Amino acid sequence: MPVKSYIEAIREGMRDEMRRDERVILMGEDVGVKGGVFKATEGLHAEFGEMRVIDTPLAESAIVGVAIGAAINGLLPIAEIQFQDFIMPAVDQIISEAAKIRYRSNNDFNVPMVVRAPFGGGVHGALYHSQSIEAIFCGVPGLKVVVPSTPHDAKGLLRAAIRDPDPVLYFEHKRAYRLIKGEVPDGEYVEEIGKARVLRSGADIAIFTYGLMAHFCVDAAEKLEADGFSCEVVDLRTLRPLDRPQIVETAKKCGKVMVVQEANLAVSIASEVAAIVAEECFEYLDAPVMRLGGPEIPGVPFSPPLEEFYMLTPAKIETALRRLAAY
Amino acid sequence: MAVTKEDAAQKAGLDAEALRTMYRHMARARVLDERMWVLNRQGRAPFVISCQGHEAAQVGIAMALRPGYDWAAPYYRDLAVTLVLGMTPKDHLLATMARADDPNSGARQMPSHFGCRRLNIITGGSPVATQVLHAAGAALASRVRGEDAVAMTSLGEGSTSEGDFHEGLNFAAVHHLPLITVVENNGFAISVPWDKQMPLEDVAERARAYGMPGVIVDGGDPIACYVAMKEAVERGRRGEGPTLIEAKVARLTPHSSDDDDRVYKTREALAEEKKHDCVLGFRQHLEEVGVLAPGDAEEMRAEIMREVDKALQEAEAAPLPSPESAMLHVYGD
Repeated sequence: MPVKSYIEAIREGMRDEMRRDERVILMGEDVGVKGGVFKATEGLHAEFGEMRVIDTPLAESAIVGVAIGAAINGLLPIAEIQFQDFIMPAVDQIISEAAKIRYRSNNDFNVPMVVRAPFGGGVHGALYHSQSIEAIFCGVPGLKVVVPSTPHDAKGLLRAAIRDPDPVLYFEHKRAYRLIKGEVPDGEYVEEIGKARVLRSGADIAIFTYGLMAHFCVDAAEKLEADGFSCEVVDLRTLRPLDRPQIVETAKKCGKVMVVQEANLAVSIASEVAAIVAEECFEYLDAPVMRLGGPEIPGVPFSPPLEEFYMLTPAKIETALRRLAAY
Repeated sequence: MAVTKEDAAQKAGLDAEALRTMYRHMARARVLDERMWVLNRQGRAPFVISCQGHEAAQVGIAMALRPGYDWAAPYYRDLAVTLVLGMTPKDHLLATMARADDPNSGARQMPSHFGCRRLNIITGGSPVATQVLHAAGAALASRVRGEDAVAMTSLGEGSTSEGDFHEGLNFAAVHHLPLITVVENNGFAISVPWDKQMPLEDVAERARAYGMPGVIVDGGDPIACYVAMKEAVERGRRGEGPTLIEAKVARLTPHSSDDDDRVYKTREALAEEKKHDCVLGFRQHLEEVGVLAPGDAEEMRAEIMREVDKALQEAEAAPLPSPESAMLHVYGD
């Protein structure tokens, strides 16, 4: 099976769907001739032309709002927001409009749109090119939120998102773009939205995570394995809807639970996973649920010591896991 | 004045029958709107928001569209727009009475949040100006497919202060989209007068900054509105890009049934607006030029009243939604 980078898998996912279905269009800032600031859309403008790969004005609400209108009128738009940090002007269109259009029209209209945006730190991007603000959208009925961690899932889930009849937010960890490589099957495959993936089986500690942190958690779990602690690492992959059955199954099996995310912890994915475990697995727990994430500061600061302070690493995760193992 | 209007009507291809239809649409919207207020004041309908004073502009604009082919992203005052495009008094009374069969939203939204897939009327929410972008997107999709459909969106002058108005017009202009943005300028955003929204008297002046034609029309004259819209539609169909139309209208009611306009609008100003009521004015004009014979308007009104009475009876007899149905249609799968 060919090995590809995470960003190549994303690009191929778009390209293959655009070849397969002429209703798929792509729009955003710099997605055309330049091929995106990260090169995620490289080559697509040349292949599909400016009617389907559209360089938009620098206006995020328009990128999403126009995509909504195009979706209503029969297209399958992929709207790229250059950095998740800059999605804020489009939040009204995403939460007040896209999320509610099926519901508020009593199923008369729907919005088959994907909003792609890179998130995450560790790239010297400071406060406004490093955030992980996915939790804003995860409490909104009508939206789906997908975060792949591997090239395989990046492609399979992007395909699923494009074919989904409802608005899907598809968040890509920007540090994973070239750092993470993996096997990507040739040919057409689609991953199911709403299903987690067990990246590593184990029996003592359940780790729930997503994005780049999934890789860090696997690294940390391997360190603990050497000392006889076995960790099951579950990549959530979809943050809304969460794969509740998988969370419950793994939590009950292991009895100790850690949730790891790059975002800060208050009112976050980790909070929701911990609540599910508390509601459904209380009698199976051998320790309090532990949450590991970013500190409660407004963003990732620029200077290397500050950025390193913010970011989780496999070593930091390993330390926390040893504490939980010892409980 | 009358001669000019007649000439304009002829030039626009509006024969006597079309002018009667035009008047009938206006009268129908007015009768329906008035009935909704009665229902509200009787305590039978929780909320009403009105098109009164905007009928001429709305009917003129909507009659220049091809229903079910062109796209419309109207705003909450556009009762007459939706009636011209094919929705019915019963459709809207079902919404007013919060009945399950309300085709706009199944009574999930407040009344006057219009939407109808069959007629290409894009569902609207309550945040203002967001629909400008949806119309631009619909126009984009038509263009990508090589169709000559246009998209119309409308909003009040207050809503032009929103960022989505700017983003939508700029996007449409840059990409030469067949978007026609209609600003129904009645001078007030709830209570705030136009000069606290913008330092210009005419919204249409902004069109120049977007590189598109900006047209000011007398929103009390349905023929003028039709002519302006028809020209904009034809430009759009020819691929010549967007147009901004500003219709100067009067708001003859408070903002909504929950508003009291006496604190911000003098009774003298309102009386002056009512003297120029567009529905009465157009009727007088059509009677002067002989398109309406004496008694025609009364007969039309009686016929519309019968339609609205029947629609109301049916709407009142229609079932409310079941509580559990609140859980339906969050997602499609």
